Amino acid sequence: MNAWQEVALIFGMMVVTFGVRYSVLALSGRIQLPAALEEALRFVPVAVLTALCFPIMFMPEGQFFISLNNAHLIASMVAIAVAAYSRHLLLTIVVGMGLFLFLHLR
Amino acid sequence: MPDSPLTQSTNQPSRRSEFFTGARDMIPLIVGSVPFGILFGALSVTAGMSWWAAIGLSTIVFAGSAQFVAVGLVSQGVSVLVIVLTTLVVNLRHALYSASLGPYLKNLSQRWIAPLAFLLTDETYAVVIQRFEKAKDSPNKHWYYLGSGVAMYANWQLCTIIGLVAGYKLRGMSEWGLEFAMVVTFIGIVVPLIRSVPMLVSALVAGVVSLLFHDLPHQAGLMLAALLGIVAGVLASKLTRFQRSSL
Repeated sequence: MNAWQEVALIFGMMVVTFGVRYSVLALSGRIQLPAALEEALRFVPVAVLTALCFPIMFMPEGQFFISLNNAHLIASMVAIAVAAYSRHLLLTIVVGMGLFLFLHLR
Repeated sequence: MPDSPLTQSTNQPSRRSEFFTGARDMIPLIVGSVPFGILFGALSVTAGMSWWAAIGLSTIVFAGSAQFVAVGLVSQGVSVLVIVLTTLVVNLRHALYSASLGPYLKNLSQRWIAPLAFLLTDETYAVVIQRFEKAKDSPNKHWYYLGSGVAMYANWQLCTIIGLVAGYKLRGMSEWGLEFAMVVTFIGIVVPLIRSVPMLVSALVAGVVSLLFHDLPHQAGLMLAALLGIVAGVLASKLTRFQRSSL
């Protein structure tokens, strides 16, 4: 990525990030979002973040790799269990990342 | 007007006290964000980003998880346009936060709304909404928001710089598989959100579609997966509501 692309990246991300936060914050005291849109927005983080994670978990090298030797998959499964049980973000990260580094670097 | 001294009753917390209470209440969340900040700085080096671009993202964009995603996508050679669109999607949850905070701030001038909007993060939202629900009538509650946001912002900049230094000092970090930190972070965010069947359906559909269409160029598979996941979640919740009402 060259310098111009980096500038474009920062500028573009700033526009969409601030744009979303500001426009809705400024308007939401005054207008009501359509109920259907609010309903759909609820699913955004779950759908997007899962779609980002699954390929890294199940195909870390680009092909399906479903095996006990797949450190990404095993550590993710344990992290999911920790997150479901504890609902604690930091604990999930520490356990998941610790296990991953142990499996990956040994 | 919120700034008028006439509206300030004596038994309400002052601006100063609201500001510092906001900053203090952020401390546990700040501790939680330290590893992300450091990791972001370190990963930006691994991804081949220049140091000033990493600092630019932290100071000008200030969006934790979107910055992580951006670094991950940069390292995979994804185009700027797709990264910006992904940022938009990842940050759409801020629309929900803004929609829920907005009614408490509707009397403020744009001079206040703009910086408060800029400082909005998952962490600040989590702390501020609790305060706003408890202290609806405090005339200075926007100072609490400001204090919480400023504390988070200052810490994020510091962690980015620490991470950058670590990234340059420890060049071998790229082989440690630290990009996996993004996955565990998202697991920690997503799993507690899945409290209903429609949420689970949404996650599974998005995940499976992302695997099936992994090979589409420019991360189109990701966009498709997110879209179908959202649609599936909406349909599933319509269906469960329909079932409940017909019982």
